Amino acid sequence: MKNSSDFEFDDLQGLLRFGHGKLTDTCFMLLNIVDATAARQWLNSAPVSNAVETEILPKTALQIAFSAQGLQAIGVKDSVIEGFSDEFITGMSGDESRSRRLGDVDKNAPKKWLWGGNTAQIPHILLLLYALPSGIDSWRKTVQGKKFSKAFKVLSQLPTQYIGEIEPFGFADGFSQPSIDWQRQQSTDPHDRNGYSNVLAVGEVLLGYPNEYGQYTARPLINPIADKDAAILPNAEDVSGLKDFGRNGSYLVLRQLDQDVPGFWQFVAKAAGSDPEKRKQLAAAMVGRNIDGKPLVSTIVEDIPGIERTDNRNHFTYDADPVGHECPIGAHIRRTNPRTGDLPLGVTGFISRLKKILGFGESRHDEDLVASSRFHRLVRRARTYGPMLTPKDAIKPDAPTDERGLQFICLVANIARQFEFVQNAWAMSSKFNGLQQESDPLLGHRQPLMSGEVTDQFNQPTPAGPMQKTCPLPQFITVRGGGYFFMPGLRALKYLATLPSQGSDSTS
Amino acid sequence: MTPQSTFMICAPVRDGQLDSLRKLLAKMNTAKAVGHADPANKLVAFGRFERLHFARFTIIETKIADEIKAFGVTPRPWQSTLAFLGDCDGDKDSFLAELVAHAEPGLTKLFSFCVGFPDANSEGLLAWMKSHHVEPKASYVNWIGRTVKQVHEEAALHQSLSAYLQRIVDEVGRENTRELRQQLLSHVEMEKQAGRLILTPPTPTPCVWQVCNLLHKIGIPLLLLLVSPLLLLIAPFFAIRLRMLERSDPELFIRPDRKHIQTLSAQEDWDVTNQYSVFGDVKPGIFRRLTFEFILLLTHYAARHIYNHGFLARIKSIHFARWVFLDNDRRAFFASNYDGSHESYMDDFINKAGWGLNLTFSCAVGYPTTRWFIKEGAAREQAFKYTQRRHQIPTEVWYKAYPDLTATDLVRNSRIRQGVEIRPASDAKIREWLSLI
Ligand code: HEM
Repeated sequence: MKNSSDFEFDDLQGLLRFGHGKLTDTCFMLLNIVDATAARQWLNSAPVSNAVETEILPKTALQIAFSAQGLQAIGVKDSVIEGFSDEFITGMSGDESRSRRLGDVDKNAPKKWLWGGNTAQIPHILLLLYALPSGIDSWRKTVQGKKFSKAFKVLSQLPTQYIGEIEPFGFADGFSQPSIDWQRQQSTDPHDRNGYSNVLAVGEVLLGYPNEYGQYTARPLINPIADKDAAILPNAEDVSGLKDFGRNGSYLVLRQLDQDVPGFWQFVAKAAGSDPEKRKQLAAAMVGRNIDGKPLVSTIVEDIPGIERTDNRNHFTYDADPVGHECPIGAHIRRTNPRTGDLPLGVTGFISRLKKILGFGESRHDEDLVASSRFHRLVRRARTYGPMLTPKDAIKPDAPTDERGLQFICLVANIARQFEFVQNAWAMSSKFNGLQQESDPLLGHRQPLMSGEVTDQFNQPTPAGPMQKTCPLPQFITVRGGGYFFMPGLRALKYLATLPSQGSDSTS
Repeated sequence: MTPQSTFMICAPVRDGQLDSLRKLLAKMNTAKAVGHADPANKLVAFGRFERLHFARFTIIETKIADEIKAFGVTPRPWQSTLAFLGDCDGDKDSFLAELVAHAEPGLTKLFSFCVGFPDANSEGLLAWMKSHHVEPKASYVNWIGRTVKQVHEEAALHQSLSAYLQRIVDEVGRENTRELRQQLLSHVEMEKQAGRLILTPPTPTPCVWQVCNLLHKIGIPLLLLLVSPLLLLIAPFFAIRLRMLERSDPELFIRPDRKHIQTLSAQEDWDVTNQYSVFGDVKPGIFRRLTFEFILLLTHYAARHIYNHGFLARIKSIHFARWVFLDNDRRAFFASNYDGSHESYMDDFINKAGWGLNLTFSCAVGYPTTRWFIKEGAAREQAFKYTQRRHQIPTEVWYKAYPDLTATDLVRNSRIRQGVEIRPASDAKIREWLSLI
């Protein structure tokens, strides 16, 4: 495959390729299927957006994703659902061990969530509607059409509100994204991947394609002889004779994250003192970027595959700042994408490569503690909610305390290795990269470890030696809901729409 | 320097007794965290043993014994076995004696679920334990010589220095490196005098151990050198046979049962460190068995003489690990204590040391197909993750002497102590030392 235009973009949902950034009016709905036949009929004519690039920007977009329960409710056989990953089937809140790993404990615990926390009531469908400013109401009417109210019960409409290209604390957000290798040109062989690359194998976001290991992630494959309707599905690339229900689909992780904006800025003001410069610095150190998005480390001259040299906000790695004097090791963006390659720095030839592989030749004892980034990347598609509150107003003691936050969305092909790993091993872990007593300064829940070691600090290494400690950090972000969904390809949606009625339709 | 040793007492459980044994074992755990020992539990109060790093009780069961049928071999019978294993400072025998001295009633109660206990002919619990001891084929210690006592003392030192540094840093000035160090040193002195900090000097290395270690260190290479003409001679045949097997060995791509994974993960991620135990069949045939043995011999050598201070190839997150053969070398058992979640442990391994995994595990049934011994294998990510979870067995009771601390923490704390005891060579080094605190 040479041109990206050869890719079957008409079979994947647009959100995989576009953030629909211009479509700032949104409506995110959680639905339950009450009449499966009507739901399939609605789905059959639903104007779901594909990923084909058009000359004139579309004015609206619609994306749809199903939970495991949703697939079941619309009539997918259990044997097919079993082909999905355990994380998807069990769900984000379905296992206490998972909650513990994700940091969904204490105030974040699923039993306190507004939605998705009760495993007996997992929403079936996530419907994402996007429109130009003030276009959402009419788009919603169009989308809903005739069958909608018969087919579904709207469980809730998740809050969303556009406040600019920023997240509620005020930082520019959403512009560091992996560059998907639609042409499948980049080698995934570790021998070619010493350093960081922002180019990511298609199979890391879409099912049905080789991932960064050069492997096909497990997914439901259907024998078209046994299931005639499956004939419309794409072929499985790796197993001849089978149809691929997963191909061109992706897992969608959604988390409603409440942000305490006054709490954040008032804490920063208290910790940094009255100097506005110092406040800005502390907040920027926590994020790893200035409020306008400028990274704290300098951009580099060497090429980074997948990042334009002119992209001042992204053309950097942390290689020249190993101990974190410029950007603290614990900063949010340094945790969630450490921009590491497969090998530690300093590989120049065969011998040095061998030495590194065997674990020798380190210049510092705390080198090489972080995994290679390419196996843990996320395509992020978050939207904000709550009214705008500037840092200046947030600091005022009487700052309004409306609910604000992020509908955090990421798209991955392997929930465990991508989203859960980043959340657990990188963001929540108080031991990430050899750090002490601190988890993600934004996301952390600040609960102590099993034997009481605190995790509520934020440490900035300084050239002088002693770390600049900020503590105790309060919890700024609280999980209010969440779920794992599957966002099928367009042919897979057609397959769903043509599924035969089953016994389970008795609800209608 | 006090070297570490390992023990593993294994005995089959009497028929029909598994459930009650499990119940009894569960009583040793805290209510807070599934599978985590209460250090003061009534049966074996692990916490009172100053020399004990890690310990676990595992019931070695095989729910997937049928997989070997893919090789055209009838599975051998296996009776569920209680294993008590741990890692301690100093020699194993004196530690077992200490265990018996302080926990005889509890251990007796536990082992009485096992076949052949009490043994009419034996002289008691200690002798019985010794006669049921299984030596590992290879074992890894993150840092040979680092004792539990040292870990605790150094953690206290780190805490004390960290709090004190915060108190003085603004007053003295962040840039005032030497002064900061001076004040920290006098703080340590004062705390030591007040008895709040102890920094026990290392004890002399036991002579016998030194001699044995040296003999092992030169003996193995010497032996290899001696047989090297032979090895060279068989190398081509070995390579051909290996490739043939790699091509013909059945690939078992079987997804583990979700319930099984839930049982395993219920025990994980309470502490920053987790336990891991896997059990499975060695691939049939003398070729695989001898290859496995030979690789483990080399692994043991490397662990003892090369990777003995903080890293195993690129992996720095393992505290202790061991490879054991059971059932007349027909089955293999591996146990480790590692930092971070299971998923990150596996990813770390696949990405950073996949070749090592392939070498040390590909002779086991169910391991994903390798190429030329070190290639592919673990890099078949899904197959690898499936097989290792499928072969993993729950650990009924797990003890760690220093919760909340990772291997990286231990290394850092030792470096902090080193900086107290040895004057850093330059201001830059002092700054580096300060940055650790
Ligand atoms: C309300 C919660 C959150 C806030 C306020 C937040 C804020 C930010 C900001 C300001 C950036 C920098 C902009 C950019 O690089 O695009 C960023 C980047 C990022 N965040 Fe978050 N984030 C939140 C939650 C999360 C979560 C839950 C995850 C994943 C588990 C995550 C993963 C990432 C990643 C992967 C990046 C890109 C880093 C890079 O490529 O350099 N974020 N976030």
